[in-house]
Amino acid sequence: MAGDVGVLAPQAGTPAHRPRVLSLENRFLPPILITLILLSAHLSFGVLEGWERTGLSIVTAIGTELVLGRVTYGKWLNPASAYISGISAGILIRSPFLWPYFFCSFISIVSKYVLRLKGRHIWNPTNFGVSAMVFLAPATVTVLSIQWGNVVAPMVVIWILGAIITWRVGRAHISATYVVSFLLFSFVRSALTGIPWLAAVAPITGPMYQLYIFFMVTDPKTTVRPVWGQCLVVFLVAFVEMLMRLAEIVYAPFYALFLVGSIAMIVEIWLDSRRPPERANSQQLSFDPTPNAQSAR
Amino acid sequence: MINNSRQRIAWFAWALVLVASLAAVRALNQQALGGVSGEEGGADGRFGFTLEESARSLGVDFVHEGPTFDARLDHIMPQVASMGAAVAVADFDRDGWQDFYVTNSREGSLNRLYRNQGDGTLTDVAGDVGLADVNRRDTGVSMGAVWGDYDNDGFEDLLLYRYGRPELFHNEQGRGFAPVGENAGLPRWVNANSATWLDYDRDGRLDLFLAGYWPDNVNLWQLETTRIMPESFEYATNGGRKYLLHNQGDGSFEDRTEALGLTSHRWTLAVTAGDLFGSGFPDLFLANDYGVSELYRNRDGKRFEDVAQDAGVGRSPKSGMNASLGDVFNDGRLAIYKTNISEPGVLVQGNDLWVPKAGGSGSIEYENLASALGVDLGGWSWGAQFGDLNNDGTQDLYLVNGYVSAGERSSYWYDFAVIAVGHSAIIGDAANWPPMKGRSLSGYQRKRVWINDGLGQFTDVAQVVGASDTHDGRAVALADLGNRGALDVIVANQRGPLLIYRNEVAPDRHWIQFALEGAASNRSAIGARVELHWNGRVQAQEVSAATGFSAQNQRRLHYGLGAASEVDRIVIRWPSGRRQTIERPQVDMQHQVKEPDGR
Repeated sequence: MAGDVGVLAPQAGTPAHRPRVLSLENRFLPPILITLILLSAHLSFGVLEGWERTGLSIVTAIGTELVLGRVTYGKWLNPASAYISGISAGILIRSPFLWPYFFCSFISIVSKYVLRLKGRHIWNPTNFGVSAMVFLAPATVTVLSIQWGNVVAPMVVIWILGAIITWRVGRAHISATYVVSFLLFSFVRSALTGIPWLAAVAPITGPMYQLYIFFMVTDPKTTVRPVWGQCLVVFLVAFVEMLMRLAEIVYAPFYALFLVGSIAMIVEIWLDSRRPPERANSQQLSFDPTPNAQSAR
Repeated sequence: MINNSRQRIAWFAWALVLVASLAAVRALNQQALGGVSGEEGGADGRFGFTLEESARSLGVDFVHEGPTFDARLDHIMPQVASMGAAVAVADFDRDGWQDFYVTNSREGSLNRLYRNQGDGTLTDVAGDVGLADVNRRDTGVSMGAVWGDYDNDGFEDLLLYRYGRPELFHNEQGRGFAPVGENAGLPRWVNANSATWLDYDRDGRLDLFLAGYWPDNVNLWQLETTRIMPESFEYATNGGRKYLLHNQGDGSFEDRTEALGLTSHRWTLAVTAGDLFGSGFPDLFLANDYGVSELYRNRDGKRFEDVAQDAGVGRSPKSGMNASLGDVFNDGRLAIYKTNISEPGVLVQGNDLWVPKAGGSGSIEYENLASALGVDLGGWSWGAQFGDLNNDGTQDLYLVNGYVSAGERSSYWYDFAVIAVGHSAIIGDAANWPPMKGRSLSGYQRKRVWINDGLGQFTDVAQVVGASDTHDGRAVALADLGNRGALDVIVANQRGPLLIYRNEVAPDRHWIQFALEGAASNRSAIGARVELHWNGRVQAQEVSAATGFSAQNQRRLHYGLGAASEVDRIVIRWPSGRRQTIERPQVDMQHQVKEPDGR
């Protein structure tokens, strides 16, 4: 276990000509973006049943992060990544009960401290939390599965903003690869099942996918290092998602990332262990700068 | 070294915490499912009542049939033609026995009016009185009906609403029904799933509220376009318009909808009227599919103001399908029960039980206590009614559910979930909807009979008291068909048999009923509020027309009293504003109460 809890740290394999990735303002872009998405969606369309649910998720995530970080590492950790985890859980989880909002955030954060291999996360925490909730509590928990309003403009704005921000932090290629792959596989699904292509592509027009594409599949801590590897993994995520969708599994994107993402991480960690120590160490150090750098969410 | 040990110990601790959390989630999920299960072999009486399905033995063999719309909807026909089974109770011939009208929806099918013979049998007289043959392509097919004495002649008249032309039938002294025709001033075509009578301006005459579901310009048998679907699963405002028709007193109605501020075009599935703000004027609650609910506060009969957002009931968009009122805490406050969709593993909206935080006049804020009280998870929920089923002095809740029961091993839910999240350009066009191909969508669901312990908890006892059917329930109505002091349950199922659950209540439980007749108020007394005080408790009920989904209960108010053999008093507030107190009415009997003169 290492004290690597922070936000959007530079990646081995990230092009060196993007020094701004390290700049202070970039660290806050994702939290700002997700906050703007939430505020605009709720103030425009009232997407939240109440502030208390999302508030509970956020407070739980930050509180858990602070307590666990303090106990484990003896330091107060930067809560930015926990904030993203909490706000993501608060938006993604849908339930008439309050307890899922608490547990989704709590499990997400605790999983960061437990499910690690050679100091690295295996699962994106929110992906783990959401997957666990919908798998273990199907009668009481679902994920966000609706449009936010009927207006195209806000959706376009979120896509553009999301694209700009993921580009600035050097993750746009991941989002783009996923979108292209999803569209490609939607043709395949439509051809195989006979459903209209517009129905096959419909899910990606929803806000759940905006969060998934900009905040989950791009998570630096739970993606492999090489750019080509990141693209390959996210392509495979989309492929497995297609298989799951053909099997009519509603939560296909979460389960696909849960499976493919973790396997990719384990493979990379295993490959690292077979490399000469100097090379592996150097890569690990460049990946894991300080406890207060950015984190998985 | 110290740090390593510390981190290792912490890791073990967090691992245990993670495992415990996952186990807790699983346990909480199971706990939320609730319900009391029983042994096979019939209903047991441990909850003070049993239900026995008795339709055939009472002489009822009605099976609802659905319509068939434009062929371009064939691939999703079970969905778009998924409503129309309705039931409305009234004593249409004033013989003291509750009768009921049930609707059919296949083109050319017949509706039925079951006359209660008073001897334990029911006879269909719809053909004899002119209420049977009302489902035609040119006029549309029935979606529901609601009784109300609009001309104050003492006999309940009938409004039939359709996907098509709404029609008013005048009750000819209980011997027949005459179509009022175009002179009534009703709109030519409304694709309606709900309507109710209310005297919104308290002029002593019943007015009519009619709510469109599909837009009025859609003829489902002859589509001009397939772009007829809701523009969003939860934010749609492209549904049918509403009508508030003022009773002119001469047998005609005037459209005052816009002038009164009712401009909604949401996809309304249920409406109920009640005095929710203590003003004496009836307010309107609309349960809307594909969107938020609407709560129209009646401002002295002069205009309606949508206060749903401020009141808290209109903030979270769901799939509203039911609107019923009940005093669940015996404190005189009427809660609103609205049903939605809950399908494990796909969509868990949860039903809403909106309980006012404070009574009286002024602004009221509601809080959703459905989860806290245990009445949130009811499957794909449709109609629900409050009523004291076991006569213990608290309002219980009967819920029917189930959307499309087709292939038992195949589900349309995945495809439904995919299209539901689509942008308006996708979801709004029926051509984009994946074909159902004989698959079920939340079919074969177990009903819920939630009994109220009076202390803030409801328990589902459906399976142990005998409500064990799994038809696609739509409307449910409560009526004391045998004049025995027990609420029987009538269930109208879509493309299924009409069920009548005869309620056998433990004999040691007392009850009392009040049949109100207005004088200065509308003669049906719709809108009258009755508070029953007994044994240190108080329970409020209002006389209403439509309640639930496409349903109407008996107008006679029924109160269970538990072991109490005395009632302190009842306080009636008539729609006219008059107040009347009756001291110590006798229990275990019906009381006919006429509105007194004077104030």
